[in-house]
Amino acid sequence: MLKIINLRAEVEGEEILKGINLEINAGEVHAIMGPNGSGKSTLAKVVAGHPAYEVTGGQVLYNGEDILEMDPDERAKLGIFLAFQYPVEVPGVSNSMLIRQGVNNIRKERGQDEFDPLEFEDYIREKLELVEMDERFLDRSVNEGFSGGEKKRNEILQLAAMQPKLALMDETDSGLDIDALRIVSSGINKIRNSENAFMLVTHYQRILNYITPDKVHVLMGGKIVKSGGKELALELEDKGYDWIVSDLMVNGEA
Amino acid sequence: MSKLSEAEAVEVAAAKKYKYGFKTNIEYEDFPKGLNEDIIREISKRKNEPDFMLEFRLKSFHNWLAMEEPEWPNLHYKKPNYNDIQYYSIPKKKPKLDSLDEVDPEILETYNKLGIPLQEQKMLAGVAVDAVFDSVSVATTFKEKLAEAGVIFCSISEAIQEHPELIKKYLGSVVPANDNFFATLNSAVFSDGSFCYVPKGVTCPMELSTYFRINNENSGQFERTLIIAEEGSSVSYLEGCTAPMFDTNQLHAAVVELVALDNAEIRYSTVQNWYPGDENGVGGIFNFVTKRGICRGVNSKISWTQVETGSAITWKYPSVILKGDNSIGEFYSVALTNDMQQADTGTKMIHLGKNTKSTIVSKGISAGKSQNSYRGLVKIGKKADGSRNYSVCDSMLIGDQCGAHTFPYIESNNSSSSVEHEATTSKIGEDQIFYLQQRGLDEEEAISLIINGFCKEVFKELPMEFAVEATKLLAIKLEGSVG
Repeated sequence: MLKIINLRAEVEGEEILKGINLEINAGEVHAIMGPNGSGKSTLAKVVAGHPAYEVTGGQVLYNGEDILEMDPDERAKLGIFLAFQYPVEVPGVSNSMLIRQGVNNIRKERGQDEFDPLEFEDYIREKLELVEMDERFLDRSVNEGFSGGEKKRNEILQLAAMQPKLALMDETDSGLDIDALRIVSSGINKIRNSENAFMLVTHYQRILNYITPDKVHVLMGGKIVKSGGKELALELEDKGYDWIVSDLMVNGEA
Repeated sequence: MSKLSEAEAVEVAAAKKYKYGFKTNIEYEDFPKGLNEDIIREISKRKNEPDFMLEFRLKSFHNWLAMEEPEWPNLHYKKPNYNDIQYYSIPKKKPKLDSLDEVDPEILETYNKLGIPLQEQKMLAGVAVDAVFDSVSVATTFKEKLAEAGVIFCSISEAIQEHPELIKKYLGSVVPANDNFFATLNSAVFSDGSFCYVPKGVTCPMELSTYFRINNENSGQFERTLIIAEEGSSVSYLEGCTAPMFDTNQLHAAVVELVALDNAEIRYSTVQNWYPGDENGVGGIFNFVTKRGICRGVNSKISWTQVETGSAITWKYPSVILKGDNSIGEFYSVALTNDMQQADTGTKMIHLGKNTKSTIVSKGISAGKSQNSYRGLVKIGKKADGSRNYSVCDSMLIGDQCGAHTFPYIESNNSSSSVEHEATTSKIGEDQIFYLQQRGLDEEEAISLIINGFCKEVFKELPMEFAVEATKLLAIKLEGSVG
């Protein structure tokens, strides 16, 4: 589904991604781990098409098609979803207004009928239950005055509503208390199926107790330096990122 | 949820150019350029006015001669040459019509292009239309239904003929013949406009609406509107205008006067979309407007709602004099400037009566290289015990070459009153747009949604059709200005 080949990207002249290679197939969950500043979030944003990052080399293939020239909304319409680390506030725009327009744009792209307001209400109500959110959230302005946990749950609500093929979760677990983490994780687990794929960007192993990854990759200094199964995350939790550094030095790769 | 249909609200039209920039070919009668006593006598004569009107005009003209064009606004423009303006223009074939079928097809076509065909409007939702095409009223509809309710809604020229006692009593009673440079000029030379009188206890059975556009190059447009709501009556008036595209600057100096007596209510809504000039600031309308209402009676209410998107220069402060005890004044405004546009707009709330209340909600949006200023005065008089004002002025910047300015003036002479002012400035950020794009909205849709959210408090004050129109206008105006 997603194939990243030797991807390089910079922001304001500073190279952040220095040749990323990664392949994610339908039905898989990949965890991208790494210390602060390693380029994890950048990777998610570049795949989603954030305009602040300039791609200087490589390819991002989505179902075989290079998407690097596409606008963010075109990528979204193809089924790529980014759950933001810091969801943005949009004053005066109700949550349901945004989600309905987004969902309808995507449905239109897929050749499905757009929801009228009543159909949408039924549709979104189901999704609200997934993240244990109250209906009142729909009428509130997008993320405005939401607590950190509410914002993250709102991202999962949007994820559920948009039904993407590829979900990029950018530190969805950060700032969540244990209850919120449980709700968010169980939401993701319910959405997960054999036809979609997840890239979980995270600093901590914690969320992986709830969501079992198929693969774990360690990103450091703009490159994936180690990949493995779910046990790699536990090892990291146990030994810290420094362990990888010394391990790499021993192998002469750093 | 908002009152707007969201699908409508974010619809973005495809046209990049000024959408209503076309000109209709209609022959105009010649009238000499320039301004002097003879010209004024000639205007009054052609309009077959009674003597008191000629006196009003002449008095205004002499006042005007002694006045200076104001320089305090935050506006930069080349002052018009007032002797190079044609102060009266009238389509040659002056229609005297019983039905729309008799209207010059070209004029009807103009309305069709604007998407506001009279024919359709007749059928739609009971909106009465007094169509002002340049200086002469072309068609007036729904008169009969209004007449049944006792509401007089006609051109001001007609009112001068038919209801001179009302004109004598109220014209110039809110904006006097020596008020300010532009208003006084208008008082001397006004061509036509609308008149509305709602008798005691009557709720006007429909929203009143006037669409008008400037169509004769260099003709100038001096619109005069007077609305009177008698005791216990209420009326809602919609004004919307667009103008065709051409190169020389056009002066527009309108005056609107509103009078609300005891327990009366007037709502006045405007969507303004005069030609703003091109992206280099060439051409465009100079819009110097004096709008003022007086809550003369107790418990009366006047509410101004405006969406200002056009004109090269906008100078406009719809105001309310709160004279009656417990009267209420409101001002809801969205002012959008793009490219080289300049706007200096706001309101004045003059509290004279006891327990008077005013609310000011101003939303300024600046894009391109434009300058957008809010200027507002809240004045609490000595006797205005227990009066209250609440003002909020929000500015939004798009890009980094535009400017937003706020000039709030507060004069309080009564310690039992309260005045509250809040102001914010924000910027549409890359992150905000990216977020919405990531949710499947294209860039134009994203900007439109953000702007609509920003303006929501004002849009909800507009009648539904106007709100939709206003929303579309903002989207069109901002096309290509972000990114």
